[in-house]
Amino acid sequence: MWKTILRRVLIMIPELIVLSILVFLLAKAMPGDPFSGSINPKTSPAQLHRLMAANGLFDPWYVQYWHWVVNLFHGKLGMSYEYQMPVINLIKQRGLNTLWLATFTMILTYAIGLPLGIFAGKHEGKWQDTIIRVFNYITMSVPFFVVLVIGIWIFGYALGWFPTSGSISPNANGMGETILSRLGHIILPGLLGALFGTVNIVQYLRSQVIDAKHSAFVKTAVAKGVPEKDIYRHHIFRNSLLPIAAFAGYSITGLLAGSIFTEMIFSYPGMGQLFLNAVNYRDYTVITTLVLLYGFLNLMGTLISDIVLSIVDPRIRVE
Amino acid sequence: MTESATKHETILTVKDLTTSFKINNKFYKAISDIDMKIKRDEILAIVGESGCGKSTLVNSIMGLQDPSETKITGEIDFEGQDLTKISEADYNKIRGAKIGMIFQDPLSALNPLKRIEDQIEEVLICHTDMSKQERRARVLELLDQVGIVDPKRTAHQFPHQLSGGMRQRIVIAIAIACKPDFIIADEPTTALDVTIQAQILDLLKDIQKENHSSIILITHDLGVVAETADYVHVMYAGKIVEKGNVDQVFNNPQHPYTRSLLKSIPQVDSESDELYVIEGSVPSLQNMPATGDAFAPRIPWILASDHEENPSMHKLGHGHEVRCTCYQDFYFKEESDA
Repeated sequence: MWKTILRRVLIMIPELIVLSILVFLLAKAMPGDPFSGSINPKTSPAQLHRLMAANGLFDPWYVQYWHWVVNLFHGKLGMSYEYQMPVINLIKQRGLNTLWLATFTMILTYAIGLPLGIFAGKHEGKWQDTIIRVFNYITMSVPFFVVLVIGIWIFGYALGWFPTSGSISPNANGMGETILSRLGHIILPGLLGALFGTVNIVQYLRSQVIDAKHSAFVKTAVAKGVPEKDIYRHHIFRNSLLPIAAFAGYSITGLLAGSIFTEMIFSYPGMGQLFLNAVNYRDYTVITTLVLLYGFLNLMGTLISDIVLSIVDPRIRVE
Repeated sequence: MTESATKHETILTVKDLTTSFKINNKFYKAISDIDMKIKRDEILAIVGESGCGKSTLVNSIMGLQDPSETKITGEIDFEGQDLTKISEADYNKIRGAKIGMIFQDPLSALNPLKRIEDQIEEVLICHTDMSKQERRARVLELLDQVGIVDPKRTAHQFPHQLSGGMRQRIVIAIAIACKPDFIIADEPTTALDVTIQAQILDLLKDIQKENHSSIILITHDLGVVAETADYVHVMYAGKIVEKGNVDQVFNNPQHPYTRSLLKSIPQVDSESDELYVIEGSVPSLQNMPATGDAFAPRIPWILASDHEENPSMHKLGHGHEVRCTCYQDFYFKEESDA
């Protein structure tokens, strides 16, 4: 078990190095320099040249890269041009907001998706299954942003049940009110996100349950005299959850990445919105940091998936 | 009960069994007209080529088919109970406890995510009130009985860590865990290589002698039959075409299908290096003729008048039976050419 994890972590190191070099070179390839826009226009080119030399901008790329990596480890990610604050603080703020919304959405997604998938698979071909599949086709074929806009219009604007923007009410005071206000802001986007995010889980799980139902080892279990409900509990559920477990790693890292659609339409100040705005305003320091962060999260996601899978599936453990 | 009394006790009687499958909302007969009997201490082999209904027959006995897609008529009498009529809960008391089943592919027959001991223990949980320790002890005892060299180690392993032969021994251990009176072995050696085959067959015979149980052995390997079985039923296209003891069927085969099957076995000392081939193939379920001898199209040189309209079993004495009258006039094509 530990060997599997160690091996996977070791594989991640070169991947991270390559990723960071790529991100660094991309940032270097961007036009302009960090000073021209923010200094006195009367500064002579010679002075600017000296300033850049003092900051190491004429060093070979690998020296610059090394300085950048060292700064990275000290949490020095530079300033955001657009927000005029250190990128690290910006990400802390937005990351927290996204964590609230995404965690809530993920819990709901699994709470809805797992039972629906298992239920549909168990009742394959019957009316219960048909209803769930119709629901699936609808959520799969309707564009998500349309659902969000309609949802905001009905529940936020027409009925006025939920706030339509922001992550917290500015009037919230004290611990209790703060939490309630945060929850109030995430219920609608979270619920819509979950309802329309279950489709993958349901479809996967449904087909896995159907596969397992017809598998030879379930036939063995029937021949052993195991009652149906125990066959589902001991043989079908766990075996069907394998691909979902593989999926779960990515979902966990998605918690920090945030959903661009949801956050834009609900004007929710999270990471997804931050990224899209950074691209729109050419806020390079933010973009490079986020690209690096997303890349890192993806690697972590595969790592978590592999660990989870090696826990539930003995066949892929390294002996 | 004395030894001689148990010797002739009938364990399973099948009467006029028909199993049909639903294909495009129509039912097609996969097996029909099945009458058979198996006594205690007996090994009955059922032979026939792929698709002849051997597995359908034992799956029907075991109740393994999806009831919404299958229709079973007739009687399967097991120790006084008609298995076609009992509830699922009652069936579960019989399956695993009184009837054990050994499957064809030992890799897929075991749950890949569960340890060997858990998979064997599950039968004991279902059918006995042993304590946890007793069950664990019984698991080790069973592993030892089926010839696993290091039971303690194997008990903790997962199926993918074992060889095919070892997995089949595990499947057998599951089948015999509750000392059933009756074991169904559905092609237990097909997926194994020849040396392992012989070991597994010997193991089955040993178990049968030890527990005085009865075995139905499904196979398409006539060598296995000759080596293992007491009685043979030959099946073709969902029907039994010849019944008898091993000596009768192998040394005095009557039905054209049985004779062709035996003739198609390669012989080392044969002068001809060409194998005998039965022309054509088994008709599919949808194309099965409703009347007439299903084997007639594969021996077209035999006159239609030699076959019966509705072929029935004919008794030849000493338990030897054959379906259809065509056996009386059958000859091999080459014999007439020569």
